[in-house]
Amino acid sequence: MQIHSTVAVLPNDNIDTDQIIPARFLKTISKDGLGDQLFCDWRYHADGSPKADFVLNTPAAKASQILLAGDNFGCGSSREHAPWALTQYGFQAVLSTSYADIFKQNSLKNRLLPIVMPKDVHAALFAALVENPALQLTIDLPTQTLSWPGGPSMSFPIDAFAKDCLLEGVDEIGYVLKQDAAIAAFEAQRPLSLNTLA
Amino acid sequence: MPSNKPRTIIEKVWDSHMVAEKEGAPAVLFIDLHLVHEVTSPQAFSGLRARGVKVRRPDLTFATVDHSTPTTPRHLPIIDQIAATQVAQLETNATEFGIPYFGFQNINQGIVHVIGPEQGLTQPGMTVVCGDSHTATHGAFGALAFGIGTSEVEMVLATQCLLQRPSKTFEVKVEGTLKPGVSAKDIILALCAKIGIGGGTGCVFEFTGSAIRALSMEERMTVCNMAIEAGARAGLIAPDEKTYEYVKGRKFAPQGEAWDKALAYWKTLSTDEGATYDFTTTIDADALEPMITFGTNPGMGMAISASVPNPADSTDPLERESLRKALLYMNLEAGQAIAGQKIDVVFIGSCTNSRLTDLRAAASVLKGRKVNANVRVLVVPGSQEIKRQAEAEGLDKIFKDSGAEWREAGCSMCIAMNGDQLSPGQYSVSTSNRNFEGRQGKGGRTFLASPLTAAASAVMGVVTDVRSL
Repeated sequence: MQIHSTVAVLPNDNIDTDQIIPARFLKTISKDGLGDQLFCDWRYHADGSPKADFVLNTPAAKASQILLAGDNFGCGSSREHAPWALTQYGFQAVLSTSYADIFKQNSLKNRLLPIVMPKDVHAALFAALVENPALQLTIDLPTQTLSWPGGPSMSFPIDAFAKDCLLEGVDEIGYVLKQDAAIAAFEAQRPLSLNTLA
Repeated sequence: MPSNKPRTIIEKVWDSHMVAEKEGAPAVLFIDLHLVHEVTSPQAFSGLRARGVKVRRPDLTFATVDHSTPTTPRHLPIIDQIAATQVAQLETNATEFGIPYFGFQNINQGIVHVIGPEQGLTQPGMTVVCGDSHTATHGAFGALAFGIGTSEVEMVLATQCLLQRPSKTFEVKVEGTLKPGVSAKDIILALCAKIGIGGGTGCVFEFTGSAIRALSMEERMTVCNMAIEAGARAGLIAPDEKTYEYVKGRKFAPQGEAWDKALAYWKTLSTDEGATYDFTTTIDADALEPMITFGTNPGMGMAISASVPNPADSTDPLERESLRKALLYMNLEAGQAIAGQKIDVVFIGSCTNSRLTDLRAAASVLKGRKVNANVRVLVVPGSQEIKRQAEAEGLDKIFKDSGAEWREAGCSMCIAMNGDQLSPGQYSVSTSNRNFEGRQGKGGRTFLASPLTAAASAVMGVVTDVRSL
């Protein structure tokens, strides 16, 4: 998995999942059709027309596969609709200094890379993008590296199991289903504490 | 695995649910209770169908509708057709997969985090999950309770297990005695303000200390409920006599011999003497004041007598920008007081503050008083059972006499996807858990506070310190 792309920038800390996709769009029973609603309340005027100056409405962002944001991205609600909307818009990676735990898990399960950057490199990238908004980044998952022309090459951490799942297309639910014997053994020695069917 | 090393309750519950642990892979953790609601489950059930897999343990699963469910009288239909479809879909899924279910018309329907404890489903030492970030509520019973995404909902439905890495442990010690007018909500808002909305990322909180022990079970649920608002994966409180007394006799609680065995086990759960935490913070309960938020995340909070901070005082440029943007959205000035700020709506409800003691607290302020003519006040019980209990005590009459609306159970104006919402520009004082932009309705502005502060503000029409009434 390698990504070579320009970067869309949202310079805010603590972007919560209510901003990424407002709750009123969570009444759907499908995973699809959420890309147009990504950052809906920051992105559109009251009449539904796009705000020309909002980054996600620019042609450059629409062609971009990488979103750069401030610290603690994806905090708040556990809604997996957030990574669904981000990937349906076209993003394959988010860059931040940290992520909320549930968002990070949800992203990895949807082939959206939540890349954690050290504060200084994060700041350097912001500065480099002010200089050259068309900067192309390269993210390489096998080597866990991120680089841009004229910038440092940094390695980023990623959960080893999640990396394997992403690179080898392992289905996590299938992986646990295969452990049926261990689960059954655990259940057999466990005293019944609850029966919701009673 | 378990050794003689002193362990925290967090580690004890974790260790006792370990199904398999493979080098390099996350633990396979057994889940004792899986709560399901209409919003984050439909895609998970579709996934099960696509795989041709059944729900492994319907006897450890329970479903109800709350989020997109209107709080209008139950004889009225759900007008929003998209929401109606979603509510109906949960019923279809529950029936098809054999999952017990409190539907829209069920006399015990309610907010998922309210009915779990109310029905005795939530018990000490359990692992609990739900496709909802406020699942930490169940930690009040000494359960390890995680909010999960829809892919994980599907995994737990299929396998009754969750793939999970252990979290760091974080002790939040609250010592002292709360002053009159200060409540459990103020403890957790103070924690959010102290460590910030990301302060607990990667951690599970254990709340300890004399002020926590003094709280009722309902108040403990309020504290644990908002662990996620300080970034934590979960938050819990070791069980004690109050916990056992609350659980005993409830519908799904163990009975007879099973109760005795369960109780003996629950008494082994408390953190061992000498156990250590990765992080610790303390909150002085004696010094706490009623809290109020001023910004657009729950960490942007302060004592109700304080004034709004100045973004210029922040040294970090992104932090400064976030604060500036928050004040712009809230239309507030740096340095101004929040007390006295005019409001349009008061919301008393949500999985944070919709239980009987919350309603009693609000009613104690509203009794014999009228809500301000310019303010709409919604009181929304957390479950139909709480609604009946409140009505048996006459609380509904106090609310209605004061001019407040007394509604049916649901998430209501906490999440603005069920018809209850703010209009653009409106200000609310809300007992819910999130003040994110638009959380209570597009363009709406939220001040998070306790039921006492909310009720006092309802009377005065402006943000009000209940102690000044």
